[in-house]
Amino acid sequence: MSVDIYKINPEFRDIMPKDIIDLEENATWAATATKNRGISDLTDKKEILEEHSLCAGCPESAALRYILTALPVPEDTIIVNSTGCTSLMFPHIALHTVHSLFGNQNAVASGIKRVLDWRFPDKIKDVIVLAGDGATIDIGLDYTLQSFFRQEKITTICFDNEVYANTGGQESGSTPKGQVFKMAPKGKVFEKVPMWELAVTSGCQYSVKLTASAPKKVAKVLREAVLIARELGPTYIHLYTPCILEIGLAANEGLWEMKEQDKDRFTAFRYITPEAEVYLKECKAKGLL
Amino acid sequence: MTMRSQMTKEKNWSGQTMVSTDHLLFEAPRTKHFMTGSEVVKEAMKRCTVDASVSYPITPQSEAAHLIGELWAEGYIGTYFRGENEFGVMSEVAGCAMAGARVVTTTSGPGTLRAMENFPMWSGTRIPCQLILMARGINTPLTIQPDNLEVSFMLETGCMIWYAENVQELFDMTIAAFTVAEKPDVHVPIVTVVDGFFVSHTRESVMLPADDIALFPYDPYAAPLPPIDSEMPPGRFLRDPFVMKSNYISYATHASWQWEVRSACERSRPYAKHFLKGLIHTMGDADAEVVFVACGTASHQAKEANRELTKLGIKSKVVKLRTIRPFPHDELLEAVKGAKYIFIPEFNVTGWLDKEVTQSLYKKSEADIIGRPRVAGGMSMPVEAILKEVLEAVNKGA
Repeated sequence: MSVDIYKINPEFRDIMPKDIIDLEENATWAATATKNRGISDLTDKKEILEEHSLCAGCPESAALRYILTALPVPEDTIIVNSTGCTSLMFPHIALHTVHSLFGNQNAVASGIKRVLDWRFPDKIKDVIVLAGDGATIDIGLDYTLQSFFRQEKITTICFDNEVYANTGGQESGSTPKGQVFKMAPKGKVFEKVPMWELAVTSGCQYSVKLTASAPKKVAKVLREAVLIARELGPTYIHLYTPCILEIGLAANEGLWEMKEQDKDRFTAFRYITPEAEVYLKECKAKGLL
Repeated sequence: MTMRSQMTKEKNWSGQTMVSTDHLLFEAPRTKHFMTGSEVVKEAMKRCTVDASVSYPITPQSEAAHLIGELWAEGYIGTYFRGENEFGVMSEVAGCAMAGARVVTTTSGPGTLRAMENFPMWSGTRIPCQLILMARGINTPLTIQPDNLEVSFMLETGCMIWYAENVQELFDMTIAAFTVAEKPDVHVPIVTVVDGFFVSHTRESVMLPADDIALFPYDPYAAPLPPIDSEMPPGRFLRDPFVMKSNYISYATHASWQWEVRSACERSRPYAKHFLKGLIHTMGDADAEVVFVACGTASHQAKEANRELTKLGIKSKVVKLRTIRPFPHDELLEAVKGAKYIFIPEFNVTGWLDKEVTQSLYKKSEADIIGRPRVAGGMSMPVEAILKEVLEAVNKGA
């Protein structure tokens, strides 16, 4: 594809909202970028996410921006989403995105990726799954892991807020043990599911756990994950994006919560296969990283 | 390795000459073969230039799914794999179709129910994929026997539903199905049903065109919604997330889309009429007072009953429904004109076809609608059972 598909039909230009015109004139597409896209673009370039409809100060909205600015080739990237808070942001994203059902995101992404490889064998088409912890670890666990077993060439990102936030604050598999949430009125009785470890044993080429406290780190991990998935096989990013509403924090406290958890439940975890390590070195040599 | 790019103007990627559906179904010379329903699915798909298929084992459809896999190994199908379960498979099929593929899958009974959430999603996504449903009973108690109760669960999913009687019809119908489902003004999923075992495992004579001809490939750029392939502007670039908004616009959007899916299904009528040679097929005495309305192998048994009744001097007629969604209301009404008794023989416990027919003919027909005989759980439907119902009703009437 070329970025030309994001050009406004001249006939409609005069009735287009300012943000669409901005998107055409000032967005950071790979095809028009002079250097690799990244976090530094956030300050002066038009994003491919215009605005969001999440709660004020929600760390998810920031994390999504970091991810979108770091996509190697946004104009040839398809993001498959699931139900939950993340699905509120997707209608604003100026890329091909899919919301299908709750929990089937990795199955849909598998189908898309396989057919894109069949239809466009000579083109790069990145497929990314982005879903919450309920979608990834509870209702969709089977489909998430099975896509890893099958070595689907997709990147799976879990926005872990440790709770079913959009339905009103219920316990999820990712909630830490002991936490009182709805449906766990006496506190959660089992441990947080170590999804980043399941990703490793299930065959991911790359699995990283981190918080969204450091934008450049999120961007780097995203880029590495997408590049590895393109060539070698499934990659997984487990990203802490706390629900400030459900854990009783103010709009300006999300960052501090993530910084706290950098030292606790979300201490850095990084797994990479030797093949992927070698491949990343090649990518670096080619200037892709 | 087979490559899509090997396709030329005349030949598809496996080297078959591409022809129109009319040519394939009606004009190409045919030769006689002897095969099962599962085997004929392979023959049909071989001639359909299919991009993708995803499979999962469940009796009685497994063999058809294996044979589609063989087509992939032979280079006729672009991509094929075994999914994790039917819910996953139907989502994978959706992903394949969203990315611009012609896709086929198969399932049966419990698999259909496991996958159920996907079917309204399919129609809501307006993907023209094909599900070949080889109907079997649904649990519990555990059963693998023929029974078509599962079809009743599919009726309101927004998918088109066609029903084939035998191996020959299965071949022709599954080819026509892609063509009709992919019409830009239709563009909804299609479910082609046969009765498991009775058709999937029964060897019959079939007339097949040569296998060096096949349909033209699916053109995703003629679709009413853009494919998810980053080659066209994204269709889901909305400035407002209508889904979660509680306002009139969001309600109207959802409501009108659901109407549109059903309207799209309705718009398939003229195409189905052409490719299936009518939404219903009738046989027997045109002015009969005894009429059987049936689909699938039940219509085959009704035809046997018709022959027996003729010997007894009782005129009867069989109306075989070939499309269930859209339902052939006008054709049915015309076909039952003059009927005194309408019998609906069925292979399920609830009588979903009886309900469909009764609703369709409500206040339009004077006939006595009798939802019998009804067998389930794998029981066969002997002609005697049908005759018993007819003779009881007719003798009572006389």
